[in-house]
Amino acid sequence: MKALPRYREVWLLAAIVVLIGLISMRFPGFANPANLRQVFNDTSILMILALGQMVVILTRSIDLSMASNLCFTGMVVAMLNAAHPAIPIPLLIVIALLVGLVLGAINGLLVWRLNIPSIVVTLGTLTIYRGATFVISGGAWVNADQMSPDFIGLQRAAFLGTPVLSWIAILVIALFFLLMTRTALGRSIYAIGVNPKASVYAGIDVGRTKFIVFCISGMAGGLCGYLWISRYVIASVEVANGYELNIIAACVIGGISIAGGIGSVGGAVLGALFLGIISNALPVINISPFWQMAISGSAIILAVVLNARGERRQGRIILKKAEAA
Amino acid sequence: MTDTPAPRHIPDRLDKPLTSAIFSWEALLVAVAVVIFAVNSFASPYFLDAWSLSDLTFNFTEKALIALAMALLIISGEIDLSVAAIIALASTMMGMAVQAGAGTPVLVAIGILVGLGCGAFNGLLVTRLGLPSIVVTIGTMSLFRGIAFIILGDQAYKGYPSSFAFFGQGYVWWVVSFELTLFLVAAVIYWFLLHRTSFGRRVFAIGNNPVAAQFSGVRVGRIKFILFCLTGLMAGIASVLITSRLGSTRPSIAQGYELEVITMVVLGGVSILGGAGSIVGVVLAAFIMGLVTFGLGLLNVPGIVMSIFIGLLLIIVIALPIVWRRVRQERFT
Repeated sequence: MKALPRYREVWLLAAIVVLIGLISMRFPGFANPANLRQVFNDTSILMILALGQMVVILTRSIDLSMASNLCFTGMVVAMLNAAHPAIPIPLLIVIALLVGLVLGAINGLLVWRLNIPSIVVTLGTLTIYRGATFVISGGAWVNADQMSPDFIGLQRAAFLGTPVLSWIAILVIALFFLLMTRTALGRSIYAIGVNPKASVYAGIDVGRTKFIVFCISGMAGGLCGYLWISRYVIASVEVANGYELNIIAACVIGGISIAGGIGSVGGAVLGALFLGIISNALPVINISPFWQMAISGSAIILAVVLNARGERRQGRIILKKAEAA
Repeated sequence: MTDTPAPRHIPDRLDKPLTSAIFSWEALLVAVAVVIFAVNSFASPYFLDAWSLSDLTFNFTEKALIALAMALLIISGEIDLSVAAIIALASTMMGMAVQAGAGTPVLVAIGILVGLGCGAFNGLLVTRLGLPSIVVTIGTMSLFRGIAFIILGDQAYKGYPSSFAFFGQGYVWWVVSFELTLFLVAAVIYWFLLHRTSFGRRVFAIGNNPVAAQFSGVRVGRIKFILFCLTGLMAGIASVLITSRLGSTRPSIAQGYELEVITMVVLGGVSILGGAGSIVGVVLAAFIMGLVTFGLGLLNVPGIVMSIFIGLLLIIVIALPIVWRRVRQERFT
């Protein structure tokens, strides 16, 4: 039984290796460590977002507002930086985390206190947060020349030969790994997804835990707000429009069950990497970027078909064990 | 032989006190609609005009057509996020047909059939393979629109025949557009289907308890498959209308419509968890969303700010009854 959860990630890893191998056949430079490091760096933001989404999906909820949260928080820090370049960047990152936290907490409170299904709440806040971005910015853009050099430069600075952005992603992955495998909160999140009713009897406050996971996804969205804006050096209302579905796609490809309770940090990271590799590889092997959408769509469908098989197999084995006992 | 007791009288429907009709979801929606209508007519002198009100309907009829079928799908406990992508794919196929010299009847047939085909594809994946519809349709959403992008890239199809323009721009009588007429006819058909046929009762049964429905002899898979086909069909029809109205096809056509359609359905009182809802509510919600966006448009409010109002409306209308119930409970206990 213990090997089963790891099973899925191993297959996904194998698929990624095969994918890299196929790409290398047409573009030999792709598998270079330097290039793979670049792909990892390009995927960092998606990985952080997918991890935030993962904890929400594990509790049988969904956060559709993450991309709008990213857009709003990114605009806030970009405008702050443009107006007061003296504010140190670490403080701006803290502000981004806090703004994201507040937006996530609003989602969480509506889900927890009013018991509104999360898909409805975040469908509403998806439009509200993006609209609010327009209201605070007046529809104007914040361009590269309005941002301070530190604001743009921090994530590009190299530390041990790897950009800071990648290190932030590695740090976030480590934090999520600790959260999911070494804390009571992590266990509660899984428990709620597997069986909410039993969780209540086990003494878990389901509503409060859901509130916390929305706070976590909000903070992930907020952090990525700063990272996204400083990476693409433009803040506008259109930032990350429709990206919420890419985040969910990364989770689904990573084997996180939309029905809750099944999924791992490794899966979310690999799912994001899979999408990142495809988007990085298409230009170098001369396939029009217009193919990307259809390819990731097919990957999602394929992943969900394979995952459903895996889940069914798991169920059967439990039954067999029960029969044998 | 003992006397069997006389069968007790079982009413067709429970007697409802008048208050429940007053406090029903539909009544709340009517009230909201009246308030928005009144505010609009005070806020802008251009609002109360037959042609203005006619223009208003173009804001929502295409989405509302899909919302009718989506309501049934959500009541049955499934969802379809790919409807906007179906519109894009169907529109792209119609564009290809135009390049090949197809006439209006062929175009309409292609639009509707592509929609139906996409819906059937979703339905097969969900019912045959037993996959969660939210994930399947996120996938097909990328796939369908992705195919449109592969075919079109950054190009656009134009040159639709002039007779094709009738569907999205034509009027049946005075200010009554073809789109509005089609929507009202479809609304009556869907109302009848959901509330007056055994098919409709089965949809509710599946939404409330699919396992119990299965054991009661309801063909759960087949009905869900039909509902996915219907949703695809309506998206195909909407695609014909939009393509006809805009007179051109881009792969980004109808982007983000899926969320607006679902907002309409949920605002209309359909439970996102399945098992409850009414067509009257969905129709009212469609009009409310049309009134809000059109009224704010007359006041020169940008579209993105309107979306704040739609989002707030969605959350407030869902939250109000919950808060109201809780306040009343606290008063009595």
